[in-house]
Amino acid sequence: MVDVLANNRKITDKKNRPFEKIFYSAIFIVAGLVLAMVIYFIAVILIRGLPAVTWSFLTTAPNPIKKTIGIFPSIVNTLYIIVFTLIICVPIGVGGAIYLNEYAKNKKFVRVIEFATETLSGIPSILYGVFGYVVFCLMFGLKVSLLAGIFTLTIMVLPIMIRTSQEALRSVPKSYREGALGMGATKWYMVRTILLPSSLGGILTGIILSIGRMVSESAALLLVAGGSAMYMPKGSILDQLSGSGSTLSVELYRYAYSRGDNQTAFGIAAVLIIIVILLNLLTRYIAERLNKK
Amino acid sequence: MTDNISIIGSNKSKNAVEKSMNIIFFVCGLAAVVCVICMTVYMIISGWPAIAKIGVFRFLFGQVWSPENSEFGIFPMILASFIATFSAIFLALPVGVLVAVFLAKLTPKRVSAPFRTLIDLLAGIPSVVYGLLGAILIVPLIFKLQTAAGLPQGGSLLAAVIILVIMILPTIISVSETAIRAVPKQYEDASLALGSTKLQSIFRATVPAAKSGIVAGMVLGVGRAIGEAMAVMMVAGNAAIMPEFLKPVRLLTASIPIEWAYSSGLHREALYGIGLVLFIFIMIINISLNTVLKKGGELRG
Repeated sequence: MVDVLANNRKITDKKNRPFEKIFYSAIFIVAGLVLAMVIYFIAVILIRGLPAVTWSFLTTAPNPIKKTIGIFPSIVNTLYIIVFTLIICVPIGVGGAIYLNEYAKNKKFVRVIEFATETLSGIPSILYGVFGYVVFCLMFGLKVSLLAGIFTLTIMVLPIMIRTSQEALRSVPKSYREGALGMGATKWYMVRTILLPSSLGGILTGIILSIGRMVSESAALLLVAGGSAMYMPKGSILDQLSGSGSTLSVELYRYAYSRGDNQTAFGIAAVLIIIVILLNLLTRYIAERLNKK
Repeated sequence: MTDNISIIGSNKSKNAVEKSMNIIFFVCGLAAVVCVICMTVYMIISGWPAIAKIGVFRFLFGQVWSPENSEFGIFPMILASFIATFSAIFLALPVGVLVAVFLAKLTPKRVSAPFRTLIDLLAGIPSVVYGLLGAILIVPLIFKLQTAAGLPQGGSLLAAVIILVIMILPTIISVSETAIRAVPKQYEDASLALGSTKLQSIFRATVPAAKSGIVAGMVLGVGRAIGEAMAVMMVAGNAAIMPEFLKPVRLLTASIPIEWAYSSGLHREALYGIGLVLFIFIMIINISLNTVLKKGGELRG
């Protein structure tokens, strides 16, 4: 048989492509490096931070006489900010999403609202800080306080709430709506009994994402809620909200940057990372449960 | 179910409820628009007076920032912000796209899923934690370079760039990955059938088709990098001088938290002015992002 191929190769032979091999390995090396970096960072934070995290670190206020450090006040501040921001933001966000998805008829107006939410989500937090300070602290006379922080963060997490709720509503099959409306339900009744329950998982995901954003937030809160967290919380909730106070992230910044106490800073970083990991796991769990359904 | 059993029901109250719910949802929908308008208005109202007093040209192009001597020139900071942002994008984009290709095309799901979890985690780490890591891990790495160049050791533009690369990577990776996955498989198949290798198909057919999504990721990254304040502030050294990679620099964003606490009068107003300049940059980025997305269809990360 005559060999058609001059250099004795079969048609199924693969050409040797050194460049491809190099490129392949480059991709794998880059991906590996990124992976190694993430793991290294998390390991550094946990290894350097966890020794500082003791029971008294979590449950007391800093005590300059005994020279102990505690982050309980900033934990309380963080919780206040999360809870009250969500109370204001969730109804507005979900309501806005319902309007966009179910009620709005004017396409142009929907585009305007969507552009507005995208703009809001693109504005960096330091500008929310400046805006919140000018409007809530000065104009509304709230001074530098947790309350001003709550209002500022409400605007900041609003786009997250609207977007996730909108996605959740979109995933509800059209037949559900038609079924309900066909049986004579009014629109609000349909929204209340069909749409909201079936998009609950998506809304929950939005809430968790918002909590993540609030826990990480520092620049805006430094300007509008400022303060430090030196004392155990006392007085009525309203008193506490109208006073200033720092959250965990702001406190981390203070310890690391202003006071140069890296040990405490890493302790707070470890607490924050654990919160972030838990929130991530929670979203994953919800997503999995939703997919099963 | 008990409230309206009759088939006719009380239409009047029903209609009233319907109408008011309609209005309530409308108001909720409007909230975001109102916020954007308010922000624009108040950023201008608070930022403009200082710029007008100092003079637009002297504010934007003045090279000396020295509040004690009433010198408010932000040109070094603008320059530093731009250099930091674009170097970060320049480094993060190739890495991000390669990782996105790796995740979307080259690995089975059981590898890519946990990998993605970690990338998500990277996106969720608070910026102050990045600042802390940068100050402890990255800034000392640059000390040797600084000594070699005969400069004092400390924070630097280079450290800020590295931190920004790490911070925008998750955005670029996840948006690019979504874009690459959205490209129909037929593109790759057709390219393979014509005799190209897998890598050629990916980089000559799939990635170009995902271009608009990748560009969107890039623009999002620019927005995130130019707006980042806390992390860069903790590693950049914050001297308001003309930027050089190994010298300390101050970025536009960082000036606000650094001087906020002790500023007053014209100094505070000048900080509002910096806010306004930043706001304008961000709006330009947002609008270009919107055009990119419109051009390339709906793609969001």
